[in-house]
Amino acid sequence: MRKMSSNTRVIPDPSRRRFLQGLAAGGVLMGLSPWVKPGWAGQVATTATGMAPVLSGTEFDLIVAETAVNYTGSPRMATTINGSIPSPILRWREGDTVTIRVTNRLNTSTSIHWHGIILPYQMDGVPGISFAGIPPGETFTYRFKVEQAGTYWYHSHSGFQEQTGMYGTIIVEPRGGEHIRADRDYVVQLSDWTDEDPMKVFAKLKKQSDYYNFNAPTAMDFFRDASERGLGKAMERRRMWNQMRMSPTDLADISAHTYTYLMNGTTPAGNWTGLFNPGERVRLRFISSGTQSFFDVRIPGLKMTVVHVDGQDIEPVTVDEFRCGPGETYDVLVTPQDDAYTIFAQSMDRTGYARGTLATRADLTAPIPELDEPEWLTMTDMMGAMAQGGVMGGMGGMNHSGHSMSGSMNKNTTPVRHAKTEYGPSVDMRVDMPRTNLDDPGIGLRNNGRRVLTYADIKTPGEPVDPRDPGRDIELHLTGNMERYTWSFDGLEFGKSTPIHFRYGERLRVILHNDTMMTHPMHLHGMWSDMEDANGEFLARRHTISVQPAQRISFRVTADALGRWAWHCHLLYHMDAGMFREVIVS
Amino acid sequence: MHKRLISGCVFLLGIGVFPAWADNGTIQEERAMNAMPMENMDHANEQSSGGKPGVMPGRAQGGPAPENARDPHAYSGGYSIESGQYALPGPRMLKLADEYSFASLLMDRLEAVRTSDNRSITYDLQAWYGRDYDRLVLKAEGNVDNGKIEEASTELLWSHALATYWDGQLGLRYDSGEEPGLTWLAFGMQGLAPYWFELDITGYVGEEGRTALGLEAEYEILFTQKLILTPRIEASVYGKDDVKRGTGSGLSELSAGLRLRYEIRREFAPYAGIEWASTYGSTADYARAAGLDTRETRAVAGLRFWF
Repeated sequence: MRKMSSNTRVIPDPSRRRFLQGLAAGGVLMGLSPWVKPGWAGQVATTATGMAPVLSGTEFDLIVAETAVNYTGSPRMATTINGSIPSPILRWREGDTVTIRVTNRLNTSTSIHWHGIILPYQMDGVPGISFAGIPPGETFTYRFKVEQAGTYWYHSHSGFQEQTGMYGTIIVEPRGGEHIRADRDYVVQLSDWTDEDPMKVFAKLKKQSDYYNFNAPTAMDFFRDASERGLGKAMERRRMWNQMRMSPTDLADISAHTYTYLMNGTTPAGNWTGLFNPGERVRLRFISSGTQSFFDVRIPGLKMTVVHVDGQDIEPVTVDEFRCGPGETYDVLVTPQDDAYTIFAQSMDRTGYARGTLATRADLTAPIPELDEPEWLTMTDMMGAMAQGGVMGGMGGMNHSGHSMSGSMNKNTTPVRHAKTEYGPSVDMRVDMPRTNLDDPGIGLRNNGRRVLTYADIKTPGEPVDPRDPGRDIELHLTGNMERYTWSFDGLEFGKSTPIHFRYGERLRVILHNDTMMTHPMHLHGMWSDMEDANGEFLARRHTISVQPAQRISFRVTADALGRWAWHCHLLYHMDAGMFREVIVS
Repeated sequence: MHKRLISGCVFLLGIGVFPAWADNGTIQEERAMNAMPMENMDHANEQSSGGKPGVMPGRAQGGPAPENARDPHAYSGGYSIESGQYALPGPRMLKLADEYSFASLLMDRLEAVRTSDNRSITYDLQAWYGRDYDRLVLKAEGNVDNGKIEEASTELLWSHALATYWDGQLGLRYDSGEEPGLTWLAFGMQGLAPYWFELDITGYVGEEGRTALGLEAEYEILFTQKLILTPRIEASVYGKDDVKRGTGSGLSELSAGLRLRYEIRREFAPYAGIEWASTYGSTADYARAAGLDTRETRAVAGLRFWF
């Protein structure tokens, strides 16, 4: 039996292989595919893929339209901005007022949200909150002053248009010129593509939430476990999961079964390549634009110095690998000496990867690492601090957890209070003893032999811009029911929720407590999230904060932006399921 | 065979049904027990509560909300997402999937049934339409013999989520087929018991003081990600004798089956299997009187599909 199952793992499935790798050439075989339909102008335009074109200045014209793209061998219609995936790189200058005219040539409403950019709420681009959206055939003019610098991105905030191609990078040059010196500067935008209609993907998850998980524990695994560890241990390992009706392998709701992972709009087979001369300092701006995918990024043979996160300079930290959640951005510096290196970004569930190459010549490649073996979620992911003492030995990477436990002054460890609405059908788990340590890189990255970036490493130099102590705490729980595929805050999906009111001008602390077994990248629009450590010490200014399973984190917010704002999980399918709140600053 | 079948089914139902009503009340305690012997427990407590008494570890799933549970609307400042300061004019535009309806149809069994002396077709489907917590559910099950519907039972139910894994259902059942139609009021629970047992338990009240109880339990054993064995049991119990339909009071019929399916796609899986069925009590007496077997072994082959 053991032999059988190890064989099945070794024999590659050719059809799946090709799917995962995608097409090398992005060319669209137009043919008469029923999927490719003429758009607005009556003809089918082809999507340009690969390194996005750069637009700079203060006036921009962006056109949203359907264009044909072929990532897997079968052409599909994408929603694109100016006909490319990714969308154009917008280069702004700090202090400039930019004007962006967005014309909608789709037959449905669209929008653009400027992710991480501080601006008036009417310009934030969330249909139904900031504005009414951009109806078909119309042009909306965004105009705002850019008061920040760094690496950001933009994407549609309408339906699933982000999944079908609407995402691009924003680079804002600092007022005094770029101070992170590099000889080369590349955007590396990571994303996921599906040939399926994203709404159908969503409907499938509603009907069978593990539809895309082909890594579920099997009877064969059980027998193998039992023969290796003994029957008792094998049963023990499964008991809690089965009792709670939760899956230890639910690491990503959507896998490479349908996704092709892209780097700069290019499939792994297409191999996006950035050129350098040996010894040059290369800046790579990683934009995590996966709609439902966390990426674990490394460049075998190269140390990466992370210098800039979510548009903010950080105290440089040198690592082998980092995890980036949807919405986050990470700028790293590398100094390659050899001819070629693979940029390897495997999905968190280890079903696929995005890949590109750094090389001295366009035709060079380096070996592509094997995908890591997927791990089961651990007891720490299920019960937080309660597990950390006991299962420590077996809990790779959790051995430092003791540090934070000594801190009884913890600011985000005020008593856990679940909401009344967390005791009903919308919630499948509550964590009473969360973990608060930030030095855990997360499932799949613990004790992997590589130096992996953790949130404890991300430090904005100096003090927070607003030095005031928070006047009050707001505690919100991240909740869901995996079986029903419902996602919410405090057990209430958006439609049942009320807004969170921030009093204009106040400084407050937000505590996010994850009562689920998934990691949620939480994005608050309009205001910075000043991340704290477990002792309430300021760590870093962020716009997107990933909260791990059974983890409780906190950040400070200065409510200086009047209006209504969106606040949501940046996993698109969680957001659309209702893990979304409105914030009112008044 | 007889006895083994009964005890097997009772056992399966037992492990399935029991925790269903308790719905996991003990999990957190067990988790606490597991972690308890560890010296770090005190620290963990401290960490969780900042030295103050926080939430005592309770249930991880379900259960009633404690007195001091947080009001999820406490931060709203009286605002709503519908209207008010800074809200866009007109009715609320932003509606996410929690306010959308979905629809699904699962043909769990569409199979050719072969016994020692007969061939027939059985169908068993469930369809639903609605949102996350309230749905209209259609359940239909029946046998087609010689091109005629021998017996069919169709239920139309309002399904309302009551607990994490449980839906309460209320509606009507209509029996048709060779005998005159019969209408019942139906009420039941459908959901997922600990250890992944899928259960469907429905009580019925019919005309002329008829009562009945239907039980179904299914379990999935994954040999691989696509090759799945499903043990399934079904039992029917009646409150009183019905000579015309040949059903007697008490446990009337019990069947247990094993079906092995291969999911070519998630949505499309052919299967083959075997099922044992027995009648009991006066139902068995009626069967014997009519010259029918009280036990039969069925070979089944069919399709499971959904969309």
